[in-house]
Amino acid sequence: MHIEVRGISKNYNGHQAVSDVSFSIERGKLIGLLGPSGGGKSTLLRILAGLESPDAGEIYINGKLVNDVQPQQRGIGFVFQNYALFKHMNVFDNIAFGLTIRKKDKAEIKQRVDELLDLTGLRGFEKRYPHQLSGGQRQRVAFARALAPRPELLLLDEPFAAIDAKVRKELRTWLKQLISTIGITSIFVTHDQDEAVEVADEMLIVQQGRLEQQGTPVSIYTEPKTAFVAGFIGHSTVVEQPTSLRGFELTKLSVGTQAIIRPEFVEVGREQEIAFPSAAAKGTVRHIFFRGAHLELDIQVGDNRVAAHRSLDQEPLQPGEEVSVLIHRLYVVSEQSATMVENPLKVDPLPVHI
Amino acid sequence: MAGAITAHLSEKASKRPKHITESPIIRVVLIGIALLFLGLIVLLPLASIFVEAFKKGFEVYVASVTDPDAISALKLTLMTVLIAVPLNTVFGIAAAWAISKFQFRGKNVLITLIDLPFAVSPVISGLIFVLLFGAQGMFGPWLAEHDIKIIFALPGIVLATTFVTFPFIARELIPLMQAQGVQEEEAAASLGAKGWQIFWRVTLPNVKWGLLYGIILCNARAVGEFGAVSVVSGHIRGETNTLPLHIEILYNEYQFSASFAVASLLVLLALVTLIVKSLVEWKSAQQQAEE
Ligand SMILES: Nc1ncnc2c1ncn2[C@@H]1O[C@H](COP(=O)(O)OP(=O)(O)OP(=O)(O)O)[C@@H](O)[C@H]1O
Ligand SMILES: [Mg+2]
Repeated sequence: MHIEVRGISKNYNGHQAVSDVSFSIERGKLIGLLGPSGGGKSTLLRILAGLESPDAGEIYINGKLVNDVQPQQRGIGFVFQNYALFKHMNVFDNIAFGLTIRKKDKAEIKQRVDELLDLTGLRGFEKRYPHQLSGGQRQRVAFARALAPRPELLLLDEPFAAIDAKVRKELRTWLKQLISTIGITSIFVTHDQDEAVEVADEMLIVQQGRLEQQGTPVSIYTEPKTAFVAGFIGHSTVVEQPTSLRGFELTKLSVGTQAIIRPEFVEVGREQEIAFPSAAAKGTVRHIFFRGAHLELDIQVGDNRVAAHRSLDQEPLQPGEEVSVLIHRLYVVSEQSATMVENPLKVDPLPVHI
Repeated sequence: MAGAITAHLSEKASKRPKHITESPIIRVVLIGIALLFLGLIVLLPLASIFVEAFKKGFEVYVASVTDPDAISALKLTLMTVLIAVPLNTVFGIAAAWAISKFQFRGKNVLITLIDLPFAVSPVISGLIFVLLFGAQGMFGPWLAEHDIKIIFALPGIVLATTFVTFPFIARELIPLMQAQGVQEEEAAASLGAKGWQIFWRVTLPNVKWGLLYGIILCNARAVGEFGAVSVVSGHIRGETNTLPLHIEILYNEYQFSASFAVASLLVLLALVTLIVKSLVEWKSAQQQAEE
């Protein structure tokens, strides 16, 4: 199903929940809708499903304007954040609901539900009621129920929000595989960027009701178009005075421009460990945080504080220790743009082309 | 199930730590007072009904209960209940639905109006209908012209009973439906269900125990209603006397055994209602524990 959204806006009693959002989604893509809490993600999804009507703008599904089409006729499956399973129906009846409503015959319903029970690994749970299921199983029922009437578009509002971290990871891998098997166009909301990056073919970043950027996870990561995206994606630190950083003294900036540095742009170590000592500045280790697979360092460089990663295999550093800090690159951001700047001092005396 | 507050008197006491619990003596005294009060005010009168009913022997009891006037009173009462309770069920569901699912002008007025029958004395409730439909009432002349009898006839009794008992079901359902929210209904809509299907398959099954409980309360009150019905009935023996009215008449005529015998019928109806109510409570508590 091809989706096109043009200039959608929604206002709740003077609060602009969605403002002038336009995008288009190709058939079969899995889209991650990412943004901070209250950014308008759910509202956008509800508008697509027809559960909310936009104040302005048009929605086209397969080229057909659907603004006035009832949710019942849109052919969209919706998985709600709290699943919204029918409490008084067992798993079978929950999944069968969309088919029973359409007065399909018994055998056909049975066949389709069986198919979905197998697909979602819920075989054997048909007779259970929602309260007799774990969070992950409920999630699957909600998913199977939405899929049963063969929708052309699947919308998922924070499908994993109520599930613990480990199961969540399993479920999202499962979901991605499943969606690619069925080949259904899907949009899922999340405010967990790892989840979006891992699962989505394409991401939509939404903030304060506005669409900030649309693109593949890689392009969003490497080429953020706005200051918000540059700061939101990755574990970014904001630097107020970029020109005070070694290597960036001559960078041309308008007054008051900030820079954003991600930990992976920063190399920290004893002097002999750094590849381009001449491009490095001196800093002090303020704190060291254990992050499981690596260490995160909080470094003071002049007036700025930056974050950096360090492998557990490397020689340990101590808090208070003086270290060399090499900043490979940073994003210079202004109100509506983000530009990447490489450290100009980082010139390899013997360039090797790989 | 926020609305089921009335439906669930949990037998479990809230756990109280020792330092805020009263001493054993005070506990015994409190429990004693409660039981004594219950015995004096509820059990003793109830028992006395049966004692009085059988005072003159079993024959007299059977005779009073099978007296044509008693039978006709019982029939009228059941007839009234059979019309008033379904009417109130439909009204209660409609009102609860409107109030909990839609925003509209005059919603607060509607909520206040639903409570009105609880607030005014039953006698006034009866008088309202006399003033409207009685011979001297607003519509009286018109009704007389068309030969329609409302006051001192079944329609009046049904109207008065319906009026007095209409808050029960709506009151029971409103908080339930409000607590339910719209999520399941939205899910149903996105799965293709239309308004009516959503109502039958999702909304109603979710409130069925609360609804049943409301119906039972409504039924209990409809069977026993005296004040309002007394005003509109006209006390025509064998025609417009409901059970409570019939009991009063017998009593006023010094036929004590007969009046208590008929009263025992009413008590039996009440007991059946109580048993059904307990069953519903038990079922709904089970349901709730599962959620
Ligand atoms: N029914 C409503 N009435 C009034 N305001 C609303 C309503 N629904 C949403 N809003 C407001 O619109 C804004 C966007 O809400 P929305 O639920 O779309 O955010 P979200 O991006 O889904 O956030 P979250 O990640 O916390 O779920 C919020 O500021 C919210 O307060
Ligand atoms: Mg949301």
